[in-house]
Amino acid sequence: MSTLLEVRNVSKSFPIGGVLSGREARAVADASFSVGEAGPEIFTIIGESGSGKTTLARMILGLERPTSGDIVFEGRPVTHANRSERLAFMAKVQPVFQNPFEAFNPLKQVDRYLASTARQFLKLSDKAAIEAAMDEALQKVGLSLVEIRGRYPHELSGGQLQRVAIARALIPNPALLIADEPVSMVDASLRMAIVNLLRELRDRMGVCVIYITHDLATAYYISDRLMIMQRGRIVEMGPARAILDAPEHPYSRLLKASVLSPETMGDDSLALQADLIAASEAALAAPDSGLTPGSDGRLLRRA
Amino acid sequence: MTDILTVEDLKAYYLMNYFGVNREVRAVDGISMSIARNEIYGIAGESSSGKTSLIKVLAAATRPPLKIVGGSALYHFKSGDIDIAKASERELEAIRWRNLSYIMQGSMSVLNPLRKVGRIFEDFAARPLGLSGGAFRQRVVEHLERLKLSPQLLNAYPHELSGGMRQRVTIGLATVCNPEFIIADEPTTALDVVVQKDVLSLVKRLQTEFGSSIVFVTHDMAVHASIADRVGIIYAGRLVEEAPTRTLFAAPKHPYTAHLVASLPRIGDTGQRPALEGRPPSLANPPAGCRFHPRCPLALDKCKTEVPPLELVAPGQRSACWRWADVRPIVPAPAKVAEAVR
Repeated sequence: MSTLLEVRNVSKSFPIGGVLSGREARAVADASFSVGEAGPEIFTIIGESGSGKTTLARMILGLERPTSGDIVFEGRPVTHANRSERLAFMAKVQPVFQNPFEAFNPLKQVDRYLASTARQFLKLSDKAAIEAAMDEALQKVGLSLVEIRGRYPHELSGGQLQRVAIARALIPNPALLIADEPVSMVDASLRMAIVNLLRELRDRMGVCVIYITHDLATAYYISDRLMIMQRGRIVEMGPARAILDAPEHPYSRLLKASVLSPETMGDDSLALQADLIAASEAALAAPDSGLTPGSDGRLLRRA
Repeated sequence: MTDILTVEDLKAYYLMNYFGVNREVRAVDGISMSIARNEIYGIAGESSSGKTSLIKVLAAATRPPLKIVGGSALYHFKSGDIDIAKASERELEAIRWRNLSYIMQGSMSVLNPLRKVGRIFEDFAARPLGLSGGAFRQRVVEHLERLKLSPQLLNAYPHELSGGMRQRVTIGLATVCNPEFIIADEPTTALDVVVQKDVLSLVKRLQTEFGSSIVFVTHDMAVHASIADRVGIIYAGRLVEEAPTRTLFAAPKHPYTAHLVASLPRIGDTGQRPALEGRPPSLANPPAGCRFHPRCPLALDKCKTEVPPLELVAPGQRSACWRWADVRPIVPAPAKVAEAVR
């Protein structure tokens, strides 16, 4: 199978201050990676807020143009010349957003989103065919059209609504789902349902997922490969379990040390990791040396 | 250990009357608990479980349509006892911020974006402290130094600070009067892991230093594990389990708690985590009997009609479940099974 998505030397800068100030904020710096080289996978992008992970997702979706570099999906660049190419691309790459209560208009029944997606991408006009497509997508996420028909967003729980959002994204049978923090707004008891669903999509339906998060524990739970971003730079990338079991870059080590869990319960669990913070700041200030191969098939930015 | 707060069968409902139709939402429905001095008590529960309504009552910030309809919430402050359910507005005014303070969620909406941090401190704390001018500023600077925050913050506008720094400022605001009781509502939910840990250690340090009691509300069980001394679990307006943190994680005695603990993924463990079916009930029309029964794997016929009492099941541990003796910690399916599915 050929590579589904390839990101080559992509950078994105935003001007700050006035047009003439000449100052720039670098959101993403020289990012290169590929997704789906060896079949369906869950590729996770980890980073704190402001690390450029959402900008990267927006560029992959074609919502933002990279300042330099190329993003290639199935051999074609994602910045499209015309509308029909753009629509064909949108059918294959679908987003799932963070807050389902904001993603859906509260005054609109949620099934209308599903219907319009089916009409737009599957080119269906027959009512029965549209409903069949909607029901099929809802079945994949463990819901059914009977439950959802005519419901407004406030009538569904956060977990159900997020599953509807995923069902909507699945209607055009996409090859790639881009899920930007899909569980951070969902209740604890419903969170695992969403995470398990992403896993099932990969295993049963062969969908690649780019999972964007700052939660290392769920990342460990579902991802095949991951990359860790620090202020727009990729600092470590490779097999998920190997990296999270033994992170090598100072910033990755800091992230892992900051994860709270019942196992670390105790008096010193909140002790400050001043040395790790200093080391990761130092790595940030160090000149850009590029990624070099490390242990267990990972790529590492050495300070 | 003496108690600072005793809550007895507290009931607070949202009472609404639209076009002659009365509706009531039983957001806090008969909660009894007590919080000791110098303790961090964690409250866990999902959205619409009534935890925010409960802390609004505890913070004496009830506004219509939320109304206390029964029970009591008695504070034993050094300056005297006060029952939130019966106190007059003037009595409440006297304890707010001085004895009882509140760390709010969403630091950006708490801090006035048009005022510098120093002015915000004046707005909140000048009156309860009874200081003004140089003396007030002196007091605030000393307080910030104790929190290891730079006094230069006082000259900054909120938007100039990072999310973590803003949250630290709201913590500073809530603690500048040395309150005996602090309510913290999801103070770290919107923060990144590194900053979250930092803010939590600040809260912990403050608590050790000032000896305040803290009620810490969050739905993140991992946060409770690292900061709380005891944790209470709220489901659909009722307290369903309460235990010392270690006991709660090691031997939960309510099926909902067992699920919450089991659903927490951990680094180093890829076993299949179970997801709980169903959805949290609507408080306007909650299920009869035990409110968890529609989602409960252990439910009996009895659970559908009779409300289980919150009973002592082990030292310090109370559970409201007819079948608490049968509740076992949920062990995730081994990783190999999960991998074989692939």
